[in-house]
Amino acid sequence: MSDIPLNTSVAGVPEAAAPRQPPALTTGPAAWLRANLFSSWLNTAMTLVLAYFIVRYAISFVDWAFVNAIWSVPNNQTAACRALKTSPNPGACWAVITEKHRFILFGTYPYEEHWRPAVVCVLFTALYVVSAMRRFWRWELAVVWAVTLVAIGILMWGGVFGLSYVPQERWGGLPITLILATFGLAFAFPLAILVALGRRSSMPAIRVLCIAYVELIRGVPLISLLFMASVMFPLFLPEGINIDKLLRAQVAVILFAGAYLAEVVRGGLQALPKGQYEAAEALGLSYWQKTGFIILPQALRLVIPPLVNTFIGFFKDTSLVLIIGIFDLLTAGKTAVVEPAWQGFGVEVYIAISVIYFVYCFAMSRYSQNLEAELNRHRVR
Amino acid sequence: MSAALDTDTHIASSIRTDAPPAILLDRVNKWYGSMHVLRDVSLQVATGERVVVCGPSGSGKSTMIRCINRLEQHQEGRIVVDGHELADDVRALDAIRREVGMVFQSFNLFPHLTILENCTLAPIWVRRMPKREAEELAMHYLTRVKIPDQALKYPGQLSGGQQQRVAIARALCMKPKIMLFDEPTSALDPEMIKEVLDTMVGLAEDGMTMICVTHEMGFARQVADRVVFMDRGEVVEQGAPEQLFSNPSTERLKTFLSQILRGH
Repeated sequence: MSDIPLNTSVAGVPEAAAPRQPPALTTGPAAWLRANLFSSWLNTAMTLVLAYFIVRYAISFVDWAFVNAIWSVPNNQTAACRALKTSPNPGACWAVITEKHRFILFGTYPYEEHWRPAVVCVLFTALYVVSAMRRFWRWELAVVWAVTLVAIGILMWGGVFGLSYVPQERWGGLPITLILATFGLAFAFPLAILVALGRRSSMPAIRVLCIAYVELIRGVPLISLLFMASVMFPLFLPEGINIDKLLRAQVAVILFAGAYLAEVVRGGLQALPKGQYEAAEALGLSYWQKTGFIILPQALRLVIPPLVNTFIGFFKDTSLVLIIGIFDLLTAGKTAVVEPAWQGFGVEVYIAISVIYFVYCFAMSRYSQNLEAELNRHRVR
Repeated sequence: MSAALDTDTHIASSIRTDAPPAILLDRVNKWYGSMHVLRDVSLQVATGERVVVCGPSGSGKSTMIRCINRLEQHQEGRIVVDGHELADDVRALDAIRREVGMVFQSFNLFPHLTILENCTLAPIWVRRMPKREAEELAMHYLTRVKIPDQALKYPGQLSGGQQQRVAIARALCMKPKIMLFDEPTSALDPEMIKEVLDTMVGLAEDGMTMICVTHEMGFARQVADRVVFMDRGEVVEQGAPEQLFSNPSTERLKTFLSQILRGH
């Protein structure tokens, strides 16, 4: 066989010309500004006009949100806030948050037990952080999840270890949102993978079942599914049996998310070249070995962006449970400003809630970008 | 592995006629829709025999060898591989796929696994080999195809010729009794074809039973015990390479050879 070492250049090719430096960069902040914002008199004019409006509104927002804002009022005396609203220099009344933040975060959970849902929120967040780190991706992570979820159940319900019992009807706020989103996606994702595989199965019965599931669920709004879960479903149950309302809503969310995620996963499965399936089969791998080692690892990497898109969408869609009277974060916020003393301060409350949603969603988004870069490193030459 | 492709010496035959045939195709028929792609194809390959299949594109040669490990399903006729009848019996199929290695035109390495993982996956999970042993075996074959130093890279970091040699090593790690090559050099740049063919010559010298779909006539002359010429889904002619190439008895083979040779 050939004696030429194959990792060096092919023999006989003439020595390459001496490498040259790339042309000097014409970038830098000043060059960028000139090229993009001030390249012609029209661009310059537009830049100046837009800059004027941006600065003006930024200043008035800072005035409203920080300079003129009221941060607390004594004993629900909101007269100062109301006066500020109509004054020529309006300001935000963050006092509503100071006053109501515990209701917004924890809903109607018994006030003196609020530390329990607070710990639950911390546990959930810690669980996300730990699960996000690749060095913890081992089978023990499943145990951590199981233990944490049991601990969360114990904390929320109580009734053991000296904790007082709190019925599910009194839960509310952020823990509800996190419970719905976490259980929803944790169950919907595996379900989605099975359904996506099922839609490509060679067995007609399984394929038809999966197609019917996806099309039926996708064809109706989440609200109508939630209604069915809360109003119609109990009618079919025998007398005396009552399944928890939250659980019913949870199942509806899982089924709904599952149908959407299944289509995302299926997109990834279809994007894989047929040769990958054939090579795995030719090596004698069984269906599940082929799927687990070859197909899914590649297919799921391909669809990280739309998967996270759907995840983020569902995190926010959990707020629709307000329709069946479950007190999630958004509903709790809405209810907080029903009290006459605080009516009219919805803007402040919604901004505060938006910040909470944004923190979770933005974290998901950033993390997915890192994960994508990390997992697709094999594509880089 | 010292044979060079341009020598005229045909490497020694290792056919074992005493053993039952490694592969038997008996009047195999296959249709894609209404298109008849395999017409009464019958072929026997003895243990240790090297068969080269050639023919114009669309003649059914790839379809035929893909039927042998059931990447395609035939509709009529019998296929017996290593004593296992290829039918709907899943266990026979598993047994056949364990004993038959395949190398594809487009390599089909698993891009998310390293070269070493590509080679050890099937031995560990299909042959139930301990990981350490599988890695030693993989390094042995990677050394044999002359790329042991690339073991921890990903397929995307290798050249086409290197990838195809990894694909050969990956198939060999299953210690197959039979190797199928489906146009292994067709997707390669000319300067990389030789390194892959050299690897295949080495395998042939070791007495591996091989069926190889290829247009490399030099390889066929040097290695093949028999050349099978297919056209329009039929086996038109077969015989020893010298006899077939110098005295084609059918018009179709003459036309094919003149087209192939004009290209070289």
